[in-house]
Amino acid sequence: MTSVGFVWKNLYRKKTRTFLTFFCLFIAFLLYVALGSIAVVFSIDTVSGELGANRLQTSAKYSMIDDIPKRYVDEISQLDGVELVTHMSWFGGYYQEPSNMLVTFPVNPSTFFRVYPEYEISDEYLSAFIETRRGMVAPIAVVEQYQWKVGDIVPIGSQIYAQKDGNYTWEFELVGYYTPDQEGQTAVLLQYDYFDEANAFGPGSVGWLAIQITDSQLGPEIAQKIDSMYINSSDPVRTATESEANRQFLAQYGNITLMMSGILLAVFFTILLVCGNTMAQAFRERIAELGVLKTIGFNDYGLGLWILSEAVVLSVLPAIFGVVIGMGLLVAVGSSGAAAMFLPTPPMSVVLSTAVSSIALAGALGVLVGAIPALTTTRMSIVEAMHA
Amino acid sequence: MAFIELTNVVKNYEKGSEVVHVLQDLNLSLHEGDFLALMGPSGSGKSTLLNLIGGIDQPTAGSVVVDGANLDNMSGSQLAKWRSATIGFVFQFYNLLPFLTAERNVELPLLLTNLRGSQRKENALTALRTVSLEDRAKHKPGELSGGQQQRVAIARAIVADPKVLVCDEPTGDLDRQSAQEILALLETLNEQFGKTIIMVTHDPLAAEHAKTVLHLDKGVLVESEQAEVSA
Ligand SMILES: Nc1ncnc2c1ncn2[C@@H]1O[C@H](COP(=O)(O)OP(=O)(O)O)[C@@H](O)[C@H]1O
Ligand SMILES: [Mg+2]
Repeated sequence: MTSVGFVWKNLYRKKTRTFLTFFCLFIAFLLYVALGSIAVVFSIDTVSGELGANRLQTSAKYSMIDDIPKRYVDEISQLDGVELVTHMSWFGGYYQEPSNMLVTFPVNPSTFFRVYPEYEISDEYLSAFIETRRGMVAPIAVVEQYQWKVGDIVPIGSQIYAQKDGNYTWEFELVGYYTPDQEGQTAVLLQYDYFDEANAFGPGSVGWLAIQITDSQLGPEIAQKIDSMYINSSDPVRTATESEANRQFLAQYGNITLMMSGILLAVFFTILLVCGNTMAQAFRERIAELGVLKTIGFNDYGLGLWILSEAVVLSVLPAIFGVVIGMGLLVAVGSSGAAAMFLPTPPMSVVLSTAVSSIALAGALGVLVGAIPALTTTRMSIVEAMHA
Repeated sequence: MAFIELTNVVKNYEKGSEVVHVLQDLNLSLHEGDFLALMGPSGSGKSTLLNLIGGIDQPTAGSVVVDGANLDNMSGSQLAKWRSATIGFVFQFYNLLPFLTAERNVELPLLLTNLRGSQRKENALTALRTVSLEDRAKHKPGELSGGQQQRVAIARAIVADPKVLVCDEPTGDLDRQSAQEILALLETLNEQFGKTIIMVTHDPLAAEHAKTVLHLDKGVLVESEQAEVSA
């Protein structure tokens, strides 16, 4: 038997208790990685700040799901300081089954890729997209996931828009693919003109506008100008910088970051109490035993360190399991395509940093929970311990 | 200087604002190879005295010297190291670790040595053979009788080959038969292995196995010859 073996045997002696503590921490860290990664995604700007700062987003004033008239595109284009305006619509698309949700936007191909230069597309695919009546482009990851080929006619269902004949399943031709600026962005882009003339609600509406401005300093001024232009119309709008707009969009679904943080905080507070209490109880039962070990000649500091490392092991080990399985879940969700419309799949870098911070947190938890028993172990005299 | 020498030892405990005077100006000297039975009423300070000799507690005043080592000016870590090499402890309630087998319990003190794993195991089995429990090596304490557990505890106390055994009421929790076996074992360790033994006991028959019997009463030692006890 080695000293390490001795620690193991000791952890193993109350199997049920060790297992329950382990399981409880395992679940907590699994939740932490999954929710934490998603919360991070919701809290960061989805578009890199540098580019996003030069873009404004205009949507219907009272609900971002409402449409706005397409003529606003031309009207806003006339304003000083506005370089280019493009528009997008919310299509609510899916492939074959409603559970295979796709983030799908009908867009204007000629302006979209100029306003969003971070979405890279080859000239060949771009001109095909512009010229093809029912054209569609998708990120390479999505193309591979569904094993589409360029030239395929792909049926895309919509949760929102029927065609004029009442059919909710549309057909688009995959004319190429593009490279999004971030891993995990899965937007499938559709030819707006076709969508516009074929949908049952009739033509002339867009979901929201993305406005390229000449100088980010002018952002607030232009935004205000746009909003006041339409304030007394039947379709008033609200304009914000892109990152702010993203946040406002997400805010419609509740303040997710706050909610996640709340859940995480509650989970960790509970865990701390449960583990702290369990450890303290387990420790009290062992005081006499630690007295015996001291009597035999085990060093005060060595035993204290032992108790501390036991606490750290007991919290880091389940954390590792939780983190690994949590990451596995995220990857599975991300690649199943069920990555719901509103649930961005966190990029691997975010998941990894959440994983690392989880393990660090677990270590800190172990130290926190083990500190007092460890100090007590080091300080208590044998006579006290044996009388306990 | 004798092998074990206590000079003008005073031990007080502080209970809140109250001071409990346990040992007052106590003197004791024992030679190597002695087997001392320490008797006396409950609360008279027998365990306290044993703790001082075993180096798990230090006197309020006076000096304790065991095998040439002056214990009253050693640090906690020095004492721990010294104990592991010099003293074997046997307690009334055995104090084995319940989650380890007999063999592993006996091996425990050897984790503090530089011995290799295979050597530790061999020494542990040798110690178990000395207490005639080699066949129970793989049993956990819960699977052993009280007498057997105490024999495992004795094996643990001798495995690192200390010169001194300190036993606090080693038969206090045992039936007469088991107690006799333990006492016979201690006698063997004293006579054949030359261990110096200090044993606290309430039982006059247990004291018969000792070479010297001392009574502790109200913190003062009174000598009595073994012959008188058995008469
Ligand atoms: N850690 C301690 N703190 C305070 N008082 C103690 C402590 N240990 C022992 N005592 C007191 O010292 C006296 C002697 O105790 P002890 O040596 O255990 O007696 P014995 O072993 O002879 O029964 C008792 O009155 C006991 O209450
Ligand atoms: Mg006692």
